[in-house]
Amino acid sequence: VCIHRVRSCSSIRFIKSKYVCVFDKSALKFSHQQRLFRTSPVSCGQIVQFKLSDIGEGITEVTVKEWYVKEGDSVSQFDSICEVQSDKASVTITSRYDGIIRKLHYSIDDIAFVGKPLVDIEIDASKGVAPEEDVVETPPMSHEEHTHQEIKGHKTLATPAVRRLAMENNIKLSEIVGTGKDNRILKEDILNYLAKQTGAILPPSPKAEIVPPLRKTEAVPAAPKDKARRIPVPVSRPIAFSGKDKTEPVTGFQKAMVKTMSAALKIPHFGYSDEIDLTQLVQLREELKPLAEIRGVKLSFMPFFIKAASLGLLQYPILNASLDENCQNVTYKASHNIGVAMDTEQGLIVPNVKNVQVCSVFDIAVELNRLQSLGSAGQLGTSDLTGGTFTLSNIGTIGGTYAKPVILPPEVAIGALGKIQVLPRFNGKGEVFKAQIMNVSWSADHRIIDGATMARFSNLWKSYLENPASMLLDLK
Amino acid sequence: MVLQSLKNCLWLSCILRTPKACFWSTASGGLIIQSVSNDVYQNLAVEDWIHDHMDLEKQQILFLWRNSPAVVIGRHQNPWQECNLRLLRQKNIKLARRRSGGGTVYHDLGNINLTFFTTRKKYERMGNLKLVVKALKALRPQLDVHVTDRYDILLDKQYKISGTAAKLGRTNAYHHCTLLCNADKFVLSSVLKSPYKGLKSNATPSVPASVKNLFEADASLTSEMLLDAIAKEYAVQHHINHHITLINPADETLFPGISNKTKELQTWEWVYGKTPKFSISTCVNMAYKDSVFDIKVNMDVKHGRIEVCNIDLPEQWLPPGLYSELVKSLTGSKFCPNETTTLVTTLLRMCPQDDELYNRWSLLCENIIRLM
Repeated sequence: VCIHRVRSCSSIRFIKSKYVCVFDKSALKFSHQQRLFRTSPVSCGQIVQFKLSDIGEGITEVTVKEWYVKEGDSVSQFDSICEVQSDKASVTITSRYDGIIRKLHYSIDDIAFVGKPLVDIEIDASKGVAPEEDVVETPPMSHEEHTHQEIKGHKTLATPAVRRLAMENNIKLSEIVGTGKDNRILKEDILNYLAKQTGAILPPSPKAEIVPPLRKTEAVPAAPKDKARRIPVPVSRPIAFSGKDKTEPVTGFQKAMVKTMSAALKIPHFGYSDEIDLTQLVQLREELKPLAEIRGVKLSFMPFFIKAASLGLLQYPILNASLDENCQNVTYKASHNIGVAMDTEQGLIVPNVKNVQVCSVFDIAVELNRLQSLGSAGQLGTSDLTGGTFTLSNIGTIGGTYAKPVILPPEVAIGALGKIQVLPRFNGKGEVFKAQIMNVSWSADHRIIDGATMARFSNLWKSYLENPASMLLDLK
Repeated sequence: MVLQSLKNCLWLSCILRTPKACFWSTASGGLIIQSVSNDVYQNLAVEDWIHDHMDLEKQQILFLWRNSPAVVIGRHQNPWQECNLRLLRQKNIKLARRRSGGGTVYHDLGNINLTFFTTRKKYERMGNLKLVVKALKALRPQLDVHVTDRYDILLDKQYKISGTAAKLGRTNAYHHCTLLCNADKFVLSSVLKSPYKGLKSNATPSVPASVKNLFEADASLTSEMLLDAIAKEYAVQHHINHHITLINPADETLFPGISNKTKELQTWEWVYGKTPKFSISTCVNMAYKDSVFDIKVNMDVKHGRIEVCNIDLPEQWLPPGLYSELVKSLTGSKFCPNETTTLVTTLLRMCPQDDELYNRWSLLCENIIRLM
């Protein structure tokens, strides 16, 4: 029993003849060949067994490796159904029908046989009817899919390949004027649209897989009878928004952040901010950068900030401490393992530089380079990411001035550094000069740190950075 | 040189804003193109693009490409089973999953890749490989090369110099193969040896083979000579001009939509997430202070993520709360050292700060991460 393929218009709702058409708007064609079909009586919702077609090279069996659909999914013609493998060849099996998958005949890793049923597809029940003449099949054709964009009741016609091309280029089909039959959007239309957008030259389109019919208009017998056919020619179309919410589980880096921040909630934070004049430091770094480069190291401002913080922690060790679970004991950590917040592709990570108290600014720069390259390659080790006692977050490299950073347990303080801006300031003589200003925002655990301590630490840190030469006095 | 003049032709057509007729010309029955890029993802994306978008009824295509060091696994393979991922990460060797079937190969600039694009009906691997052998023999008649029925090309009847894989779609198909000219055999053998034990999987396994470079049979051979010889033979057999057109896989005007394909090939979901379901069942040897003991680790990994996780620790070795937090965190996470490291170090923040615990935790986690 042949299933006839017919192109009809959805507006035809009455039964025109003694034949009940299965298809409503879909015009399904057998692939590749021209054939003549007689219409024949077909019942609605018929289940078709889609057989595994010939793979070539005399192959009779393949292994099913992946299903792209499951029972109950609806598919359109040319949608991928599954991936099978035979002797180093991976084959994508695509659907020949529009319909709903009713049965998968194989599980993953089963052997499937050529010529035997692969899936059962229930062809859509029809709403209309097809005319009874012979239908001349044409080569794989554009046809109306179920998933048309309905814009003001008009459907945009395009084949799956054209739709994919539009999707890959973020083009809304509604913005393109189709030049094919019935204002069908062709591949050329998309390429022309792209060309106009980018001003680029495109090759005379490498012929699309699916070629518009060779103008054999008798291939569309429904045409003359479609009195109620709508020809969409609106002047402007409001763009229908078809976005959907997407829910996915929280895993990986996000999960880590959820855990950390939930723990941080228990800490009563207080904030303290200040402004630092980095004019002298900027100049110093300019002088030292080439020296560091000769030694093969990139020198940023961070090593200075980190070393100054360590010098400050020597005077205010409570900021480098840890409070136990029951808030019974405070542990003053001997090592200054200063964490540096890093933004990677996957998310936020905070590796730390160990024992800053015994490192020179250059040592810190070397270590930072190492951590940064490992971090961007996703290869930081556990020791790099544990043992931190104090953290600095240089959010200013991305932007912003003030922040309210969250303390990373089991630490008790954190500093967020804003971006360096050139701003006018008054000097001692009351003159306006160009200053390189950066803002710092500290957060501290108010259970054991008081405002005065934080302020004094900040002032000390600030003084080291505003007058880098003073760091020399206290360097160990 | 023919190559050079065509390059100018293309450039000129750009300036004059005429269609690149000399490029996608359908006048002839074939087209030979060569990629200017050595990026494995970009080149694989070209294959995808041609496979998805071009009508090959009237015109078959031969695509020539070479990559900087990369390991390429087949569509349905398991990278943990096929190669030494640790070594790849250390040496910055890329890992790519292609869309065709078959086994794992190592690419570097001493290896050339050939892709034969045809319609699905005209798909025929043996003919393509015979073409390659014919070209090699025409270049160096004394070379002992032949095609086996497993679609390999052997040198001196025992050394594999070429492996094959193919992809068939609805209307198009391609067959690609490698050809070892002067690849680094030492790196090849070390990266293609998996150190991971206890893996059980239905993924397509690779069949290891002894390999040899054509350079070893004849030191005067270079990749360029081989590419040229094969292009020449293809041109003869397809009755076309011996022109090799250079293409840039980053050119969106030539390949609209290709950058998305390139991006997709690099996503974790594609490279690792497409691994068929597998399980790990292994014993990890731990040496802590004065004691040495084994812990059994069992994990089921699906879509590259840990579905089920069992670590058989001695009782009370870790506080039970922490142990269950560890298992909970790992479940659902990527089977990936970077992600696992982040998770385990985060969990440590939540614990009482004691050195003993820290050491045990570090030891356990280091060992678990080594499995990835």
